[in-house]
Amino acid sequence: MKHAMGFAAIAVFGASMAFAEDVKPMAVSFADGSVEAALTSTAGDPANGRKVFANRKQGNCLACHMNADLPEESFHGEVGPPMDGVADRWTKAELRGIVTNSKMMFEGTIMPAFYVDSGYERPLDEFAGKSILTAQQVEDIVAYLITLKED
Amino acid sequence: MMKSAPWVALVAMGFGGAAVAQDSKALNVEGTALVTEAAAPSHMENVDTIYSGWRFRSGETQALQTDDFDNPAMVFVDQGIDQFGKIDGTEGKACSSCHENIEDFAGLRPQLPRVQDGKLVSMENLVNTCRTERMGAEPWKWSGGQMTAVTALIGLQSRGMPIDVAIDGDAAPFWEKGKELYYTRVGQLDMSCSNCHEDNYGTMIRADHLSQGQINGFPTYRLKNAKLNSTHGRFKGCMKNIRATPFAEGGDEFKALELYLASRGQGLAVESPSVRN
Ligand code: HEC
Ligand code: HEC
Repeated sequence: MKHAMGFAAIAVFGASMAFAEDVKPMAVSFADGSVEAALTSTAGDPANGRKVFANRKQGNCLACHMNADLPEESFHGEVGPPMDGVADRWTKAELRGIVTNSKMMFEGTIMPAFYVDSGYERPLDEFAGKSILTAQQVEDIVAYLITLKED
Repeated sequence: MMKSAPWVALVAMGFGGAAVAQDSKALNVEGTALVTEAAAPSHMENVDTIYSGWRFRSGETQALQTDDFDNPAMVFVDQGIDQFGKIDGTEGKACSSCHENIEDFAGLRPQLPRVQDGKLVSMENLVNTCRTERMGAEPWKWSGGQMTAVTALIGLQSRGMPIDVAIDGDAAPFWEKGKELYYTRVGQLDMSCSNCHEDNYGTMIRADHLSQGQINGFPTYRLKNAKLNSTHGRFKGCMKNIRATPFAEGGDEFKALELYLASRGQGLAVESPSVRN
C-alpha cells in the first residue's frame, strides 16, 4: 500500500522530507489564493488529516479553530473561525490554498503558512528551511476539511 | 467589554468556559486596590483600553495574588531578602550595606527600563552594576534565581504604583526600536507579538487565554514552572513558541522591547511579584 509506506517514511525523516514527485513548497501555483492541483500523487487521507489537525506538534489547527468534530479534545481555540461547515464555504482548491499559504487568501493573517520553507525570519535552527507540514499532511488535512459539512 | 474576534460571542455560547471575560474583577492585594485597567496611552493606535494580565487569569489563579500569604512568589521574595543582606565580593559588602532601607526603592520599578549615560538599563543591569562595581562580586545571571528573587523584592516596594516610563528624549530611539520589534513577524510560524497580544487578546489560543502581554507583574510566578520568571525569559518563551530564535536575555533587542511594552502599560499598577499560568 503506497500510502502507508509513504507515511512511515515521513515519520522517520520528519517534516523536511519531501518526495521527488511532490510539488516543492515554493513551487506551488496559486490562483486567487486557491491551489487547484494536488501537492502529491497520493490521495489525501481524511483520518490522518483529522489527527494532524489536532496534533500540537503538527498542524495544531485546533489552537485557533474550534471544531465540533473533535469533541474528545478539550481545548479548542478561538483565534480563527470555527471549522464547522467549512466545506460548505470553501472548495477543495480554496482549502488547499488556505492550508498551503493562507496569506495568499487572507492578506496579513495571523494564520501560519503550513507549506512554505522560506520567507520567514529568525527561525529556530531545527526549523530553518523547513515547512511546518509535509505535502502529504496538507493533502490529508484538505481531505479531512472537505468532510466538514453542515448541510 | 474586552475586544474579541467577532465569531467568539457566537461560539462561546455553545462552548462553556472558553471565553472567560474577566471584565469587572477588581484586584485587591492585602486590602489595597490595584489598577488593572486603564485608558491606553495616546501612542497606542490600535487599542483603547489596557488590562493587566491578571484580568485574563482564572478565578483561582487570580485569588493567589490577593493575599501575600497565598502568593507562592513570596517564598522567593524571602530568598531575595536573604540575598539582599548577604555579603559577597572583594569589598566585603552586601546590597544592604549601601541600601539600608529597602523601602527606599519605592518608585524605581515603574520607571524602568530607563536611559542612563546613553544606555538603556533594566533593573537587572542596575543590580549587576552594584555587584560588579561596588561589591566586587560576580554578576548574576539575567534570569537566574538570585536575580529574580532580588528584582521581585525591589519591585514589591513599588507595588500599586502606576507604570511611568520615559519614552521621549534620549529614550526615543530605544522605544522606536522596541516598537519595531513588537510588530515584526518572526519564526517559522511567522508571527509578531502584536498578532497575539494586540489583535487577539481576550480569545483562547488552545488552552491559553491570550492577554495583552503586559509586563507590570514581573517577575511573575508561573504555575507552569513553579518559579519566578523574568520579563526577558517570558519574551524568550513566546519567541520559541512561534519557532523563532530568541534574542539574548539582557541584550539590546529585549531591553528595547521591554521599554516599549512598559510604555504600553503606562498607568497600570505594578503587581510584582504577580501570579500567572
Ligand atoms: C494562529 C492562528 C491560526 C492557526 C494555527 C490556524 N489558523 Fe486557520 N485561520 C486563522 C484565522 C485568523 C483565519 C481567518 C482569516 C483571517 O481573517 O485572517 C483562518 C481561516 C481559516 C480557514 C477559512 C475558514 C472560514 O470559514 O473562512 C480555514 C479553512 C483554516 N483557517 C484552516 C486552518 C487549518 C487546517 C489549520 C492548521 C493546519 C489552521 N487553519 C491553523 C487562524 C489560524
Ligand atoms: C502565538 C501567540 C503569541 C505570540 C506571537 C507572542 N505571545 Fe506572548 N504570550 C502568549 C500566551 C499564550 C501567553 C500566556 C497567556 C497570556 O498572558 O497572554 C503569553 C504571555 C506573555 C506575557 C506575560 C503576560 C503576563 O501578564 O504575565 C508577555 C509579557 C508576553 N507574552 C510578551 C510577548 C512578546 C514580547 C512577544 C513577541 C516577542 C510575544 N509575547 C509573542 C502567546 C503569544
